[in-house]
Amino acid sequence: MREVFLPGSLEELWRCFEERPQAAVYAGGTDLLVGTYNGMLNPETLICLDRIEELKGVGDRGDNVRIGSCTTHTQLLEESLVQNHLPALWRAIAGIGSPLIRNMGTIGGNICTASPAGDTLPPLYTMKAEVELRSKGGARLMPIGDFVTGPRATRLHGEEVLAAVWVKKPVEYNLHHFEKVGLRNALACSVVSMAALLRLAPDGLVEKAALAWGSVGPTIITCREAEEALIGGKLTAASLGEAAAIVRKAVNPISDVRADADYRRTVAGNLLLRLTVAN
Amino acid sequence: MRISFYLNGKKTDVEVPPDRRFVNVLREDLGITGTKDGCGAGECGSCTILVDGHARLSCLMAAVQLQGRQVTTIEGLAADGTLHPVQEAFIEYGAVQCGFCTPGVILAAVHLLNQNPDPTREQIRVGLSGNLCRCSGYVKIVDAVEAAARKIREGKLR
Repeated sequence: MREVFLPGSLEELWRCFEERPQAAVYAGGTDLLVGTYNGMLNPETLICLDRIEELKGVGDRGDNVRIGSCTTHTQLLEESLVQNHLPALWRAIAGIGSPLIRNMGTIGGNICTASPAGDTLPPLYTMKAEVELRSKGGARLMPIGDFVTGPRATRLHGEEVLAAVWVKKPVEYNLHHFEKVGLRNALACSVVSMAALLRLAPDGLVEKAALAWGSVGPTIITCREAEEALIGGKLTAASLGEAAAIVRKAVNPISDVRADADYRRTVAGNLLLRLTVAN
Repeated sequence: MRISFYLNGKKTDVEVPPDRRFVNVLREDLGITGTKDGCGAGECGSCTILVDGHARLSCLMAAVQLQGRQVTTIEGLAADGTLHPVQEAFIEYGAVQCGFCTPGVILAAVHLLNQNPDPTREQIRVGLSGNLCRCSGYVKIVDAVEAAARKIREGKLR
């Protein structure tokens, strides 16, 4: 029989960790419990974070939006701070799973699962989000790009949880874009996804760019060279085509049941071309 | 472990392992089989229930998570022998084929209409996009939810 702890506060969570340091932690259960119920994962103890109110909710912290890790995707879609300040993240979340998955799944779960196809990750990378990691001893902040180390691998220590993600409001950008390509609209794992933040001058020249791709490498792929290729020019088919060619060289996709590597490489560039439409 | 919750308004206690899938508690321990067990991975929506009024997948919840919660299954939707307007509309519009997905679809629709009493057809399709109908009878399902929404709104105006 597998134990499941349901702590009601961080204090209780630390006590659970003391008793069962090897416990596996989950929030919505939309990923971990699939594995425990089909027998692929077999942790002796589970800790469910669902009842810890301190880990939920969204706060305006001046230049930043602080998002509690156990806030569900549905709650984030309804949250005006996300709608108004983080539209690329909002769009990414709107395409996660299905309404039922979004009612249960959390942003913290999406980050800690650290799937290359995790849809919240590309926008969080473009905004250089930081994760707030908490343990009984205190808290530490870490850039999300350092936190995620590989497919399903993070720098989270034992007896530590992701408490929140801090996202600096991307006020320097005026074009906020996210698009994913999946095999169908709902309940589709991203085959390729892209987040793009751009600042366009009144004459249409790109002044600043942040780009990130999902599902085309072991972690989210960013590409400084492609960003620089766009800066200083207008968003034309030619300039985007040049940047797309750079991106297709930078990505490192695999072939799997959903798509082969060549297709992913091509689409990673094509998503950039679509910025002419988004604009 | 002893788990206490409210099942369709009635206080219910069960003695089950804490990680038991909640859909198994309903179907196998309590014999309440309206909730269906489909894919077991959150992709089909057959196991949809309402927890404190919100649609959830009962195949991806450990029993202990329901401690103290209000659970509504398809068996609890009719009040005093009167079908819920969504149930009535499903009958009226022939929105049921084999019926396996129906309990989950109806509960997802009830949640949708609680959140958005006047959805467009597109919003209904998105709202039910986590519920698969393998008979693929989606048109009549959307028709029925649209009609139910109308009925509920008119009922409230009176």
